[in-house]
Amino acid sequence: MEKVIEIRNLNKSFGDLEVLKGINLDLRRGENIAVLGGSGSGKSVLIKCIVGLIKPDTGEIKVLNQNLNDLDKNQLDELRQKVGYLFQGGALYDSMTVRENLEFPVRRTQTSNNKAEVDEMVHEVLESVGLLGAIDKMPAELSGGMKKRVGLARTLILKPEIILYDEPTTGLDPVTSGEISDLILKVQEKYNTSSIIITHDMKCAKQTANLLKLIVEGKFYAEGTFEELRTSEDNKVNAYFK
Amino acid sequence: MDHSGRKSMQMNQFLTKIKISLKDFFTEVGEILLFAADTIRQFFVTPFEHKELLKQAYFIGNKTLPLITITGFIMGLVLTMQSRPVLVEFGAQSMLPGMIAISLVREIGPVLTALLCAGKISSGIGAELGAMKVTEQLDAMEVSATKPMKFVVATRVLATTLLVPVLVIYADAIGLIGTFFAVRIYDPISLTLFFNQAFDSLGFEDLIPATIKTFFFGFFIGLIGSYKGYKTSHGTESVGLSANSAVVTASLVIFIIDLLAVQITSLLFGL
Repeated sequence: MEKVIEIRNLNKSFGDLEVLKGINLDLRRGENIAVLGGSGSGKSVLIKCIVGLIKPDTGEIKVLNQNLNDLDKNQLDELRQKVGYLFQGGALYDSMTVRENLEFPVRRTQTSNNKAEVDEMVHEVLESVGLLGAIDKMPAELSGGMKKRVGLARTLILKPEIILYDEPTTGLDPVTSGEISDLILKVQEKYNTSSIIITHDMKCAKQTANLLKLIVEGKFYAEGTFEELRTSEDNKVNAYFK
Repeated sequence: MDHSGRKSMQMNQFLTKIKISLKDFFTEVGEILLFAADTIRQFFVTPFEHKELLKQAYFIGNKTLPLITITGFIMGLVLTMQSRPVLVEFGAQSMLPGMIAISLVREIGPVLTALLCAGKISSGIGAELGAMKVTEQLDAMEVSATKPMKFVVATRVLATTLLVPVLVIYADAIGLIGTFFAVRIYDPISLTLFFNQAFDSLGFEDLIPATIKTFFFGFFIGLIGSYKGYKTSHGTESVGLSANSAVVTASLVIFIIDLLAVQITSLLFGL
């Protein structure tokens, strides 16, 4: 299967603190990879490097066959439209309604400026995440789970080929977490996306990922399917399944 | 360790601290200049965010107008009341409207209004963008290729650049009205005569440089607020720090610009 993300020997330090040490990763089309790891192990830094929010010290990242090191700002912006990113808290623009939040990337990236067309796109993605009723609400009126759904809708409206999820179920109750995990699968099926899911939530990882990768002290320590890692005898791996 | 050894160690620590402070200072100056260059570049990138620009201009005017009205009026009133006794001593009270007009237009109006705007607008922008940074809204714009530098920063900086000169002219006008009321307490002068005397003493060499510098005040008020907010590190505490730092830095920059403007005006007009 075609590789949509290829990372080779990625290193990133903040001052004296080495966060990522020689990371290699391949994400294939249609695949979901869950990246597990403790707090501060470099999971979020890894996906921020993939979208160019953080510049790695050394190493190579290819997204949809384009090497990030070779892209200028405009080319990077073009590529970013094909890579969705769901932030931990949703990162909704709090001065805008849900509708305006969704219209914002469409109008700014010139995907469409036709009002009827934009309206249709907004309705379609909100329906996909089951929040059509909240279209005129402000972010402050939404619950944590709803914010994540709207965040996902805002990501989907640009029709990305890849989605990066930064702890999509953190801070949510078990029922809502399950709904978000279902939504990740539904989105993959409907929009044919490939995903990297940063998570601590083993239920979410089990439900959504084809492959799990465990990051320890800035390096991938183990990888495999949920069952392979669950039955591992390594204590560092086991700790996540207790 | 003997006394001289301890002293030399303290000296070394002191020098190291100065070195680090200087390095931090020049790094920040460099970053602000790069940020300014990027912001100015965004002014010319189409499509123009005219709706957001108008919205920001409205907020800035709305936020500061009452404050500037009250301060401008009191400024004119107090300045007149304090200057009058000295002029009366020399029998020159008829020069009061002209003298106050020059002080207001050249110096006090622009600087005081700019300082008020630094306190009200720069801190507001710093806190707003800081909160957007901490809640990853700016990152969300960046990753969806919606150019936050253009939508969030350039619009705010352009709004302050265009609005601060208008607010300064307004503050000068209100200040002159305050002056008129103060003069009227002592002398039965008509409004027409007062304004004739005030405007007779003003020349283009007073108005033009004073107006030009207010564009720079406005630009840096918006720029520094945006820079401090944009560079907020994570955590709610840092939002407050960004707002505070925006006011302090913007105020300092206003005085530096004013100093430069006075020097340039002296060279050009011999004032």
